Amino acid sequence: MSVLQALDLRRRSASTVAPPPAGKAPAVEVAKLIDVSKCIGCKACQTACLEWNQLDQPIGQTDGIYDNPRDLTPTSWTVMKFTEIEKDDNLEWLIRKDGCMHCDDPGCLKACPAPGAIVQYTNGIVDFVSENCIGCGYCVKGCPFNIPRISKVDAKAYKCTLCSDRVVVGQAPACAKACPTQAIYFGTKADMIVHAEGRITDLKSRGYKNAGLYDPKGVNGTHVMYVLHHADQPHLYAGLPDNPRISPLVGMWKGILKPLSLAAIAFAGVFGLMHYVTKGPNRVTEHDEEKAVELAGRDRP
Amino acid sequence: MTAQVDGDAKVEAPPVSRYTFAARINHWITAVSLVLLALSGLALFHPSLFFFTYLFGGGQLTRIIHPWIGVVLAVSFLGLFLRFFALNFWKREDTIWMKNLGQVINNKEEGLPELGKYNAGQKLVFWGQSILILVLLLSGVVLWDTYFADYTQIDQKRLAAVAHAFCAIAAILIWIVHVYAAIWVKGTLRAMTRGSVTGGWAWKHHRKWFRQEVGKP
Ligand code: HEM
Ligand code: SF4
Repeated sequence: MSVLQALDLRRRSASTVAPPPAGKAPAVEVAKLIDVSKCIGCKACQTACLEWNQLDQPIGQTDGIYDNPRDLTPTSWTVMKFTEIEKDDNLEWLIRKDGCMHCDDPGCLKACPAPGAIVQYTNGIVDFVSENCIGCGYCVKGCPFNIPRISKVDAKAYKCTLCSDRVVVGQAPACAKACPTQAIYFGTKADMIVHAEGRITDLKSRGYKNAGLYDPKGVNGTHVMYVLHHADQPHLYAGLPDNPRISPLVGMWKGILKPLSLAAIAFAGVFGLMHYVTKGPNRVTEHDEEKAVELAGRDRP
Repeated sequence: MTAQVDGDAKVEAPPVSRYTFAARINHWITAVSLVLLALSGLALFHPSLFFFTYLFGGGQLTRIIHPWIGVVLAVSFLGLFLRFFALNFWKREDTIWMKNLGQVINNKEEGLPELGKYNAGQKLVFWGQSILILVLLLSGVVLWDTYFADYTQIDQKRLAAVAHAFCAIAAILIWIVHVYAAIWVKGTLRAMTRGSVTGGWAWKHHRKWFRQEVGKP
């Protein structure tokens, strides 16, 4: 993953970003819309992701459930998560495609200490730039969705790129292209919201009273959104957070603590200097030495 | 006017031994590792200090080396702790000393009670660093993803990150006070280089300890 020349940066980890070059048309925000109600769990998207990104997910073990691999890994940037809900006489099989949500206010980027290891393009995509990554795992702590994974091979962080390399040349992400039921759409964020509204009306007309769009405000919206039949209970879908936001602990760590600390250190230095300049050193005088001899003599043990 | 001496003056009482060779080596291992930890840690703490990573061979190496230096510090500081803790218990004269800190800062400590081997400021540095290094070690292990990522939950890791950064800054501030005191109070540094201080220094700053050392209560 690297920064593509045609993509301007909106944010860059541990840096202040220069605005996009003047004379460029304002960027259009993109989004992927995952319609959970249309997903049949075939994992074509998962395969397409591996193929396009040339990822080699080692063969693992199965523990008798459909999730495979069990969770995201450094080489599986998307994983289908299956949940069975039994209620009354009804069985519901909820299948959610897990992966990076491309938060508009990305916690990983906020937490990252390495300049330019995480970037956000003006189109909203959050991308990891491996060559700048130092493998500290701070992004893992910053992320409200538990997405980044640190590779045991090269100690760098990996996650879905939203196929920034495809998007930049006008293609939809590989997963969206591969989906046989068109449960994954890709386009401008505005278009995706309009499209979701149509789907939600349809779902409501079919008895899903609480159908809705998952575009959580706690992270200022996301560039990967879900249409959920039970939008009032996102946690039903394999623990999708109901109200995701950057942890206040991370906010403190990456916010107020930094300037306060540097100010305190600078103050201590200046205070010491001023003290030395105004009060001067504390010296032992000849009188003190004489007193010592007076008390203990010259030849003591 | 009395002539001033810096530890090697014409008139000087015979030296008093203050630290053994082993204690000094122990101290300097601790000092060097604390400085290296502060530099490598600050590099990751604030973007404007990221250039400190060049001192350690780049970002990846800084991230790898820092916790290992932490292990050295923890072991080394434990040595100092065991050597010195008995002399650092709080005494009544320490409270009086703290109440008159203003006089100390103004270089007018003459009227204050006689002190043992350490004054209240030194004791606070000792206990402060003891507690902070313990918390830094515990939170540091939680942050040490290479080996310990699987042992804690995400919110514990986040708490560890805040605690580690906070305690690191506190430890650095105490370190600044500690180093400044050694520069300000002349004749102190040789205790950690040559291992001894002049009789006058001992009489002026730690008279009770001086009496014990020379057997003249
Ligand atoms: C005692 C054992 C210690 C251990 C095991 C330890 C471990 C760690 C680890 C694992 C990290 C995360 C980055 C990395 O993986 O390298 C870290 C960060 C850091 N450490 Fe330590 N450390 C220790 C002591 C110290 C000390 C004594 C200081 C300062 C005097 C310090 C200052 C810092 C700072 C400033 C950071 C960056 C925090 C941030 O990014 O906000 N550490 N430490
Ligand atoms: S692991 Fe890499 S991307 Fe994640 S916070 Fe650390 S440097 Fe940034």
